[in-house]
Amino acid sequence: MIRIALRMLTGDTAKYVGLVCGVAFAVMLMAQQASIFVGLMLRTAAQVIDVVDADLWVMDPRVIYVEEIEPLPESALWRVRGVAGVDWATPFFKGLTVARAPDGRLQQVFVLGVDDASLAGGPPVMLQGSVEDLRRPGAIVIDRVGALFIWPGEEPAPGKVLEMADRRATVVGIAEASAPFTTFPVIYTRYAEALRFAPPPRKPLSYILVRAQAGEDIDALAERISAETGLLALRWQDFAWRTIRYYLTRTGIPINFGITVALGFIVGAAVVGQTFMIFVLENLRQFGALKAMGVSNGTLLRMVLAQAGAVAAIGYGLGIGLAAVFFEVTGRFNVDLRGFFLPWWVAAIVAFAVVLIILVASVFSIRKALTLDPAVVFK
Amino acid sequence: MSAVVTARGVAKDFPSGDGTIRVLHGIDLSVRSGEMLLLVGPSGCGKTTLISILAGILSATEGAIEVLGQDVRHLKPPAAARFRRETVGFIFQQYNLLPSLTAAENAAIPLVIRGERLDRAARKARVVLDGLGMGAHADKLPKHLSGGQMQRVAIARALVHDPPFIVCDEPTAALDAASGHEAMRQLRESAVRPGRAVVVVTHDPRVYGFADRIARMEDGRIVELAEDAAAIRRMTEH
Ligand SMILES: Nc1ncnc2c1ncn2[C@@H]1O[C@H](COP(=O)(O)OP(=O)(O)O)[C@@H](O)[C@H]1O
Ligand SMILES: [Mg+2]
Repeated sequence: MIRIALRMLTGDTAKYVGLVCGVAFAVMLMAQQASIFVGLMLRTAAQVIDVVDADLWVMDPRVIYVEEIEPLPESALWRVRGVAGVDWATPFFKGLTVARAPDGRLQQVFVLGVDDASLAGGPPVMLQGSVEDLRRPGAIVIDRVGALFIWPGEEPAPGKVLEMADRRATVVGIAEASAPFTTFPVIYTRYAEALRFAPPPRKPLSYILVRAQAGEDIDALAERISAETGLLALRWQDFAWRTIRYYLTRTGIPINFGITVALGFIVGAAVVGQTFMIFVLENLRQFGALKAMGVSNGTLLRMVLAQAGAVAAIGYGLGIGLAAVFFEVTGRFNVDLRGFFLPWWVAAIVAFAVVLIILVASVFSIRKALTLDPAVVFK
Repeated sequence: MSAVVTARGVAKDFPSGDGTIRVLHGIDLSVRSGEMLLLVGPSGCGKTTLISILAGILSATEGAIEVLGQDVRHLKPPAAARFRRETVGFIFQQYNLLPSLTAAENAAIPLVIRGERLDRAARKARVVLDGLGMGAHADKLPKHLSGGQMQRVAIARALVHDPPFIVCDEPTAALDAASGHEAMRQLRESAVRPGRAVVVVTHDPRVYGFADRIARMEDGRIVELAEDAAAIRRMTEH
């Protein structure tokens, strides 16, 4: 009877295609909206995520997200270095300044100053040039998309110059950096240079990056640093979360976007549920005839669930594939959407949502079939 | 001749407003092995309700129904479903063919319901369709068949599992006179055999001639039973 159920489903090609497309559309809507939301939230923590060589970020305990810097005194660095289990601790400067391109145009940029000696905290991926070139005076590395903003229409390449705080900076390398929430270009330079490019506050030290000694328990080390220095030490994941939580709770952006995501889910649920219920209701007479001929309610239930499962599986596969292709294609050709992707857990949540929606729709429509008076076939 | 179906004192109430309304009043009827019994009467007199009760689709409010010695009235839904798939063949006025299955697959459904694979069952159904002159149409979808051809597929579906009891509700009502006559002729020829009882509900006097016996109903009661050719002729002319 399952074979017959699936034939009932595929028999009317137009309706079948409509049903599968409805599910695929809903899946794509849900997956795409949720992924963009996740991507935007990750962008708020872009510069935390991009530091790949440190185990811990150390900061003033009042810091609630990465942009709100509470500068540390120079002595903090020495105190952190004195904690047992610390392999190395380096200064990390994060500031904003205005860059002037040779044609006179101005552009707000992030300036990240990394340790003069070790260059720890530098760009995660170099596309052109070498991080080592940062040791040259006035040298900077700029992120690829940032270079496109500052020199529109020009291929990003080392050798270009710009001015920050009336000082000449020379591009020695192009990096790939995560897109920041504010989309400003990201400029890497040495700590000492950064203080000249971006007018520092009275105390210049934004963060301290810490690497634990081999075999050291990171969480225990974080607690030890906090206890001994009175500073806050966080794993990058925790600092990223702290930052994302700030945007989630303190700004209206996530609320508004959350509404869009919720609408995606609701519209998706309505489309999926509705189309499937209509399918079952339209076939009620056929189910009635089968019931009159002796099909049990259990078999009827299995038939409807098989139909639901087939529609859900095919529609989900199509929809999630389209969403993945969307991010693949837009990420390649549209710099504004770079870095957005389909997290596996969003795909899993959407799968769960589709199963839930289809189950609810099946339950509602199957009730009609199960309580159906087989006598309807004589009407 | 022995009775396949026996109904004694059958009454049926339907809920109506606050109370109930009785649509069948103390029906006594038996359908014998090897006969075709026509159930006739004006619209709304209770014909469909009566055959639904005999076939285990509705349960009676009062009375006793036995089919081949089995008490049909007190079957619980799962047992009633088993009774229907094992004992009864159905022919509906609206054919109720599944539009996405071929003629042979539609005719095979009762075998599939009993657990056979669709392709094997369809091969058996093909033989039955052949016997009804439908061999050339076995692979067609219902939408490519005429009304008369669809009703013949429905007849094949009622016969394919060789049930001892066949019920037909107005099998000719949706057909023109010629196709209706032809459908009844084929039903008579292929369905009636020793050991099987066939009940046909109709209000078309032109097919009365196919009956072995005719029971005429009015207002939920059987008011006349024509048991021989002369009585049937009188009823036809009336
Ligand atoms: N499910 C039901 N609920 C209430 N009344 C019904 C129901 N089914 C049939 N009836 C009533 O029972 C009477 C007999 O109906 P039916 O058996 O369909 O008559 P027939 O088939 O002879 O036209 C009619 O008056 C009809 O309105
Ligand atoms: Mg009727």
